[in-house]
Amino acid sequence: MSTIQHDEHPKLMKGNEALAEASLRAGLQAYFGYPITPQSEILEYLTEQAPKHKDVVILQAESEIASINMVYGAAGAGARTMTTSSSPGISLMQEGISYIAASELPCLIANVQRGGPGLGTIQPAQGDYFQATKGGGHGDYHLIVLAPSSVQEMADFVFEGFRLAEEYRMPAMILTDGALGQMMEKVCLPKYGSLPKKEANWTTTGKLESRERNFITSLHMESEKMELVNLHLQDKYRKLKQEVRCELINTKDADILLVAYGLSARICGKAMEIARGKGINVGVIRPITLYPFPYEIIASFADSMRMFLTVEMNAGQMVEDVRLAVNGKSSVYFKGRMGGMIPTPEEIILEIEALAEKQRTMGQSAGYL
Amino acid sequence: MSTTVNETMEIVYEKPKTLTESPTHYCPGCGHGVVHRVLMEVIDEMGIGEQTVGIAPVGCSVFAYNYMNVDMQGAAHGRASAVATGVRRVLPDKYVFSYQGDGDLAAIGTGETIHTVNRGENILMVFVNNGIYGMTGGQMAPTSLCGMVTSTTPYGRDASFIGHPLKITEMIAQLPGAYYVARHAVHTPAAVRKLKKAFKASFEFQKEKKGTCFIEVVTNCPSGWKKTPLEANEWMEKNMFPYYPLGDIKVPAAMK
Ligand SMILES: Cc1ncc(C[n+]2csc(CCOP(=O)(O)OP(=O)(O)O)c2C)c(N)n1
Repeated sequence: MSTIQHDEHPKLMKGNEALAEASLRAGLQAYFGYPITPQSEILEYLTEQAPKHKDVVILQAESEIASINMVYGAAGAGARTMTTSSSPGISLMQEGISYIAASELPCLIANVQRGGPGLGTIQPAQGDYFQATKGGGHGDYHLIVLAPSSVQEMADFVFEGFRLAEEYRMPAMILTDGALGQMMEKVCLPKYGSLPKKEANWTTTGKLESRERNFITSLHMESEKMELVNLHLQDKYRKLKQEVRCELINTKDADILLVAYGLSARICGKAMEIARGKGINVGVIRPITLYPFPYEIIASFADSMRMFLTVEMNAGQMVEDVRLAVNGKSSVYFKGRMGGMIPTPEEIILEIEALAEKQRTMGQSAGYL
Repeated sequence: MSTTVNETMEIVYEKPKTLTESPTHYCPGCGHGVVHRVLMEVIDEMGIGEQTVGIAPVGCSVFAYNYMNVDMQGAAHGRASAVATGVRRVLPDKYVFSYQGDGDLAAIGTGETIHTVNRGENILMVFVNNGIYGMTGGQMAPTSLCGMVTSTTPYGRDASFIGHPLKITEMIAQLPGAYYVARHAVHTPAAVRKLKKAFKASFEFQKEKKGTCFIEVVTNCPSGWKKTPLEANEWMEKNMFPYYPLGDIKVPAAMK
């Protein structure tokens, strides 16, 4: 984790605006985007700020396909660059994201998720977890995926996203949702200049006499060469594991562990408080990096005495990774709402109480259920 | 008769230094190589190689960066002008060109093409129109002529079913962002000289940030058209040129 400096005085801001303002403070050089609810405030905020930032390219593109390919061009030319969208728009970007990952270009993409599939709804959801963490486009590649759960993190993760993207030369994604994008909260914004940029020698800025030409491509006609490119990428993804981040709340004595990210994690926090008030030992595991996923951390809690309850705003996506981590050592349950519905703490309490009851009646073998 | 090498012989013609030593992968008679060369000659003569970034498309010229000894980026199919926009916007004082085929620029990338020109991006768009999808093996392109036999129009292009060959260059010329629009060819030395002038003017306009310069090059595809290079050029002159007439389409007052 980088040590970003923050303003002393908090501001009251929408998540989308905090993300946009943080991007300028992080030294954004080029932004390309296309309107879509619930993330349009980012483009609106940046275009409004544009006169104060004449050296920053802020451009409304004709589509998300154009946006992501403009990002590719700008990143290749060495700029710190970003695009943002919401679910349908992110789907449209997938070919471009695959090219960016394959060409090893750093950039930041924010997905302010809404309910799907299809045109879906403009209400918040977490249905794009698979798309974000498993690749999304064609071929074997990954993004760094950061999941904020507060307006403060919407701002902070812009810095973290750019830092990781540039360090590992790969695209980073902030995977958030319409609720975090739209809600207002106190935020201490990160300060200007706290994210220095390293010189790169691979950018296309004009071939000087003194060096070979730089070209950015993801095309390698010989399979032997293409496999080497893949091996190199996989190697990078292995190194990336050292960046795993996860928040653990009241996990030490917990009999029931809630696993949730982003907005669901906030709701789980509330449910945990209520459950503890009722004498049920509940803890929360909040993955912050969804890729790399905190498999080892989750695995370290897996034993026959504990139960896991994964809560998501989808039909059950991250729960598959939780099951992989737990590897059969504990029972893993799932509670999800879909299509823009947000689970309430009360709904989660009902699930927790049912699990606690199971643990009580089944005794020690409960974990094997 | 004996030949002696005259050490003081004057060099009258040589390979531009912005062309690499890579042997060509283009088919015999293909126009791509000539267009590459003309473009690089102009860059050399203007001395702008160190300030130029090129965007290679997906299509036969996908390997343009193997020949062009300038910094380059390969773009996804159809997206060259969006990539060029990204590069030019962050490097506003450099020269940027995109190099695209008809499938790339006028089918899958039509949206990007129109909006790039409409914004008047200060780039040179080189549009190589060979009336067919060369790279993927000779399928119908948006610019394939009516009646033209391709691997996906085996009975000839039927406009009533699949639409008419698209004159995208004329469409582009309508846009205020287009500063200089012309159609050229590379089938004769005279045609090559004209194209060279057009490229040179385009880079000069780019320096002055005048807007988009869009140069179409009507050329052949002997392999895709299933013709010898000579037959292909004859067919091109007889069929392509009447539908895609060569010459200036939109010229700034300064050039008139
Ligand atoms: C998204 C996508 N769709 C299709 C293709 C396959 N493809 C590669 S080149 C090409 C057509 C190229 O034709 P054109 O742009 O006219 O250039 P030419 O090869 O004739 O020079 C197609 C369809 C691709 N690479 N990517």
